[in-house]
Amino acid sequence: MTVQPTLSLSPVAQPVRKGGVRINDVVKIYGAQETGILAVDHCTFEVPAGEITVVVGPSGCGKTTLLNALAGFHSITSGSIYLDDEMLCGQGKLKAQPGPDRIVVFQNGALFPWKTNIENITFGPIMQSAMTRAEAYEKARDMMADAGLRGIEHNYPGEISSGVRRRVEIVRALMNNPKILLLDEPYRALDSLTKSVMHEALLEIFYKNRVSIFFITHDLEEAIFLGHRVVIMTTRPCRPKKILDINIPHPRDYSVLTTKRFREFMEETVAAVHEEAIKAFAAGEKER
Amino acid sequence: MTETSPVQVLRAEAPQTVAMESRPGISLALTKHRLVLWLKSPRPYLMLIGFAGFLGFWYLSVEVWKLPRFSEMPGPTEVLREWFSRDPTYGLSIFVPEYYMHIWVSTQRIAIAFFLATVIGVPLGLFLGWSERFKQFVFPVFELLRPVPPLAWVPLAIVMFKGSETPVIFLTFLASFYATALNTMLGVESIDVSYVRAADCLGATRWQVFRHVIVPGAMPFIFTGLQISVGVAWFSLVAGEMVSGQYGLGYLINTSYTMVRYPTIIIGMATLGLVGYVSSAAVRLVGDYLMQWRTRELALGGDR
Repeated sequence: MTVQPTLSLSPVAQPVRKGGVRINDVVKIYGAQETGILAVDHCTFEVPAGEITVVVGPSGCGKTTLLNALAGFHSITSGSIYLDDEMLCGQGKLKAQPGPDRIVVFQNGALFPWKTNIENITFGPIMQSAMTRAEAYEKARDMMADAGLRGIEHNYPGEISSGVRRRVEIVRALMNNPKILLLDEPYRALDSLTKSVMHEALLEIFYKNRVSIFFITHDLEEAIFLGHRVVIMTTRPCRPKKILDINIPHPRDYSVLTTKRFREFMEETVAAVHEEAIKAFAAGEKER
Repeated sequence: MTETSPVQVLRAEAPQTVAMESRPGISLALTKHRLVLWLKSPRPYLMLIGFAGFLGFWYLSVEVWKLPRFSEMPGPTEVLREWFSRDPTYGLSIFVPEYYMHIWVSTQRIAIAFFLATVIGVPLGLFLGWSERFKQFVFPVFELLRPVPPLAWVPLAIVMFKGSETPVIFLTFLASFYATALNTMLGVESIDVSYVRAADCLGATRWQVFRHVIVPGAMPFIFTGLQISVGVAWFSLVAGEMVSGQYGLGYLINTSYTMVRYPTIIIGMATLGLVGYVSSAAVRLVGDYLMQWRTRELALGGDR
């Protein structure tokens, strides 16, 4: 396979930063107001434009609910979400409209298995009639080459490894010039070695495109390594417990993991995350 | 494995060599590769042993041991002699044009009924799976009618349709139609919601989602349904032909029974088996051709 990660880290300055998200007092109750399950409880925080914001919390804490509201898959109960001063959802319009300005990369991957990789990547612009077929294919070839994905254009997703599939999916999203990428535990199913490669590849894509990233995970190390900002969530209902700005300079690579600063951030946060994990575990026990 | 299989070639060299125009070549190579694998595996030989066992039991029980209830039955040698005779005792063999007339008429009926069942059943199933509201209207009626076997429809079919041809086609259509529509609906419901959401994110309209996600996503189930559908079509065809018609394999079996031509019955049954097998194999081939992505995934899986 001719897929090689290109390792040159070349930050390109991008003057206008887009894709800032403001989550404002968002409440989400599943079911009826009084008797339903409170999943998100008066949640307020900001995703700065052009940065990586990582939301950390135990499985089932409600962080995916937040992402679904932002993407437009689910409605919220009250509060509002803004993308660059445009209200996505809020008073009078509780469900956002999904659109190519915020594209989700799914937990289990959602490349269409019946389309070849390049058909997947060109899907967005062709559906939106934003480009002709020829233009879309040309741009896709360039972007794939750029992401080290040359040579698998006409293969089906089922024929490539899951790590490469993730990269194809991110390229598929970037083809649409989104303002923000929403990643829902995208590396959960990968082994830790593949994961480390994927992290660097994601950072590299970020440095090239400077697209805002909203990243959900339960892996604290992943969060601190990738994030400009880490938001630690309480468990059910979900609310920010601790917001940290990770002032380790970018571009980062894997050597960061062994630095003293990184260790300090881990020490500072690990107790908070662990506490929530215990609560989540206990809550899970009670329900059964 | 010492030789390189097309699958490995596909993996390693596909990049530069597999341009879009060479895809038919790849699928042909894959089919050939799978055929060679099949011949190398013990499967075809086990299959032959199975057939030999079946024919042997038939031969022994009828012609050698003459078991109580078997004594009236024609043995395999008698049937084979009759089947391939230039001058058949009971008037039917591969050298008699009438034999092909029966096959042709039945095949034609199957083709029409299967075509109608597909053309009506697939869209109905797609909409049942796609629209919750539509399903709430239609599905209860569908589920109520589905358990009624085609044979129970015979009187109504004769009353409803003129002549002898249309009732038979209607009966054949019925069972096929249920299998196709139901499987298609399940196919749509089996699609991971992530695919629909991904398409929404990428700016697809509702109709584009239907065309690019729902239809191809349901395709594997649709083809499973179509394979079942051809099978049950033969099933109800024979039932229909026993009731009315002048030609067809079901008619052949039924008249041979009343005229006590036992070997001819067996010839009719064996022919049904063969033609039925060929028709469902044909449906599978079309499915493999239309779902290259799946064929390749399966080929990769089978290679490991």
